[in-house]
Amino acid sequence: MSNLSSQAAAQYNNNFLKEVEAMVEEGNWVKMCMQCGVCSGSCPTNFQAGWDHPPQEIFMMIRAGKREEVLNSQSMWMCTSCYNCIVRCPRKLPITHIMHGLANYAHRLGLAPKNQPTRHFAKLFWNNCIQTGRVNELKLSLGLYFKDGFKQGIINGLAMKDVALGLLKAKRLNPFELFKAHGCKDQKGIHAMLKKAHEIEERRKAIKTA
Amino acid sequence: MAVEKKVAAYICQGCGLGERLDTDALVDVVKKEGKIQQVKPHPFLCSSEGVTMIQNDIDNDGVSHIMIGACSRRAKTDAFNFPSVAMSRANLREGVIWIRPDTEEARETTQEMAEDYLRMGCAEIKAMRQPEGNPNTGTSKTLLVVGGGITGMTAALEAAKTGYPVVLVEKSGQLGGWAAKLHMRVPSHEPYKAPVDNGVAGMVSAIEADPNIKVYLNATLAKTSGAPGRFQAEIATESGSTATEDVGAIVQATGFELYDANKLPELGYGASPNVVDQGGLEQLAREAAERGGPILRPSDGQPVKSVVFVQCAGQRDASGTHLAYCSGHCCNTSIKQAMYFKDANADIDTTVLYTDLRTPGNGEDFYRSAQEKGVIFTKGKVASVQPAGNTCKVNFHDLILDDQNASIENADLVVLATGQVPNSGVNIDFKAVEGEEAAAEVEKKTISILNLDYRQGKDVPQLKYGFTDSHFICFPYETRRTGIYTAGPVRRPMDIAQAKEDATGATLKAIQALENAAIGSAAHPRSGDLSYPSVRLEGCTQCKRCTVECPFGAIDEDEKRYPLFNESRCRRCGTCMGACPVRVISFENYSVDTVGSQIKAVSIPDEFSEKPRILVLACENDAYPAMDMAAMNRTETSSFVRVVPVRCLGSVNTIWITDALNSGYDGVMLMGCKHGDEYQCHFVKGSELANYRMSKIDDTLKGFNLETDRVQTYEVAITDIDRVPKLINDFEKRMFEIGMSPFKGF
Ligand code: SF4
Ligand code: SF4
Ligand code: SF4
Ligand code: SF4
Repeated sequence: MSNLSSQAAAQYNNNFLKEVEAMVEEGNWVKMCMQCGVCSGSCPTNFQAGWDHPPQEIFMMIRAGKREEVLNSQSMWMCTSCYNCIVRCPRKLPITHIMHGLANYAHRLGLAPKNQPTRHFAKLFWNNCIQTGRVNELKLSLGLYFKDGFKQGIINGLAMKDVALGLLKAKRLNPFELFKAHGCKDQKGIHAMLKKAHEIEERRKAIKTA
Repeated sequence: MAVEKKVAAYICQGCGLGERLDTDALVDVVKKEGKIQQVKPHPFLCSSEGVTMIQNDIDNDGVSHIMIGACSRRAKTDAFNFPSVAMSRANLREGVIWIRPDTEEARETTQEMAEDYLRMGCAEIKAMRQPEGNPNTGTSKTLLVVGGGITGMTAALEAAKTGYPVVLVEKSGQLGGWAAKLHMRVPSHEPYKAPVDNGVAGMVSAIEADPNIKVYLNATLAKTSGAPGRFQAEIATESGSTATEDVGAIVQATGFELYDANKLPELGYGASPNVVDQGGLEQLAREAAERGGPILRPSDGQPVKSVVFVQCAGQRDASGTHLAYCSGHCCNTSIKQAMYFKDANADIDTTVLYTDLRTPGNGEDFYRSAQEKGVIFTKGKVASVQPAGNTCKVNFHDLILDDQNASIENADLVVLATGQVPNSGVNIDFKAVEGEEAAAEVEKKTISILNLDYRQGKDVPQLKYGFTDSHFICFPYETRRTGIYTAGPVRRPMDIAQAKEDATGATLKAIQALENAAIGSAAHPRSGDLSYPSVRLEGCTQCKRCTVECPFGAIDEDEKRYPLFNESRCRRCGTCMGACPVRVISFENYSVDTVGSQIKAVSIPDEFSEKPRILVLACENDAYPAMDMAAMNRTETSSFVRVVPVRCLGSVNTIWITDALNSGYDGVMLMGCKHGDEYQCHFVKGSELANYRMSKIDDTLKGFNLETDRVQTYEVAITDIDRVPKLINDFEKRMFEIGMSPFKGF
């Protein structure tokens, strides 16, 4: 895997495309894109800051061998999984899944953008929810507030204090959750299930890499 | 035809005509003013009873001319089909009651309208004779096919299968044309996934086995003379002798050449043997197939590992240097050629650089199949190809990533998709285009293909870029030389599937033409029309306008320099009749008189009645049907118009307009088809010539001291169903603004 992360693909030959086809979930669809741009035109995110390349461009870049640019891109992390593009793509590409497949691949290679907010959120969410089988919303939002350090965390928290007080009043927020969160019933079972899923996933990736 | 002229009139009361109109008054008009004594109203004229009544009068009462006052001449043509007599039809339904409101106030003007149309119908029928058919017929049923490629072979086989003998002339030593040079062809059937056999061998053996097809190889046409039904083709053969064949119609399927890639040095052609055009790649693929190995790089014979296809090489060029058009087939062809590589070895990198991928027909499936096979399509415009040793570097502008300096290095082979240049022979109108964008025009070809013995030139006229002229929208195979049809890439760029379809269509049209010629009737678009133009030479001033203006090259000159009508070539458009300043050209059932007498028959109310009269001369192919359809929608239209359908606006003789103005009409509207490069005129040049003539009418109006607004020409399409009534109503308004014509009552 280390050789893959350092490999610089020559431009406009098919090496990176072949890599994506082999390694990325649904990556074998990338060659089928006909560059019509319907996906990009359909994306409701309207490519807010952070979207450096719409899906159509990402697929073209893969074919152009722009490995670093694709794997370092924030774009895949910006997709909200709304599935608009999938519904509309005339070539029936599973665009959303490819976007997530690419994100996952970049993450595995350690090439995904550091501190990218949605990536950070995704990690936070996952680690939070697998503990008890249930998301602890208080911890999750605090974790987000303190993403950029303690000082910024306090500033973020103060900025949101009115909302928090409102939630408290309406009994939608329980500060004691910070110490004792309520979880799911069979937490052991959930952990066992996740472990199993992880094993299967690793095995599958191992086959793909082999 | 009846020896004595006996005229009868019939007035229908069905379809609401009886309720909306005063039939007794109509009968009166026909008798007193139309001077036809035998008038029969009928409650339902197109019923079998009504039709039998008319047929009975024809059979037993010696009626030779009939006037039917009922629906539009375009309606109920099956019922009112009396081929043995002359017939005129007054349009009381679509022309009157359907476009007028059913109100008490409107009743008077509606009735006046109907009465006028009857007066016109009576006047017209009296000026008509029953057409007898062109006597100068020729009855050859043989089809001459020029060119032995896919198009020509298809034409020959289709004609032979239909039972018509064929003479096939091919300039090279073998049949098959371009298709024979293809390793394989783009599929034309499900599943559109891989290239298929080019199919030439099967067609060649079918032709060789067919006793109805006579093939001349290494032969050209030394001279083609005559007319539909009786063309004479002098064929210069290999041995140097000339064979003469009598043929009834001709299909020209002379195909194309590839655009010369030597004109594209920036794309590396000529600088490296590894840069080839699509024809060159077919050659390499065939060699590989014969060897049973992979496609080799020409420079050193090593197997090709990466190949780049450059689409639109020298095509769709806006700068005027190369071809301005898209050849339509080359995207699919490159996809096919990329598959030659991918199907043999999936590891070969194949990239197609395109700006727009155009895959007509089922090419979209073929394209998808290529993507599945791993052909990479990159949207980019190639700037240059730089050969270096045994490979090339292809520099391009990536249009998706907007990278001006994108490039592909180490391409073993570069294939240029150059386009199709038609083999259409001499550009007989060359002088007309000289000077203007001469560079963009395809070079003038000096070698004639048909060697026509026509005063108008040796080959069929061309439209644009050297492709032969045809009525692009409606009658794609019709050239401006009757009985000669062009098909395949000589007509417009196309692929094999389209060429086959084209050949079949053109062959059927050619068969129709020779069958029509045999019975002395017109070819398309007046197929079945038995009338033909005749000229009263005593009056002719030898001005040659008819000869020059005939869009179809039907008029030659005799030894005394009089016009010599070649009826079998004539399409019966009447353009000559419209052109003739001394009005000596006429058809039996359509003449200066048949229309002129209708114009004069209309009763013109005096200046103070505030009832203008507007004459509409409407092309019967587009404008008149549009009016009929507007009537079906019950679109209210002015009650002051009197519409006369004309065969083509080109047949309008200016005397009709001056006569109309002289007799007190307030305005004249002319409605014809679009002209110019994207013409829709059924007779190609008719509406253009009419427009030219009408551009001079302003002087006439000034001579009369009349406002120039009183005569207007409009381009009308058959789809202008809402527009035509609006044009008429606006025109009516304008007439009220400028006031009644001062010529009334003279
Ligand atoms: S909609 Fe589909 S085919 Fe079109 S650009 Fe997007 S991924 Fe490609
Ligand atoms: S699924 Fe993702 S990429 Fe597709 S339209 Fe929605 S947000 Fe955009
Ligand atoms: S102008 Fe029209 S009607 Fe006259 S000879 Fe030519 S084709 Fe015939
Ligand atoms: S247009 Fe009339 S006058 Fe002129 S050459 Fe023809 S027939 Fe004669």
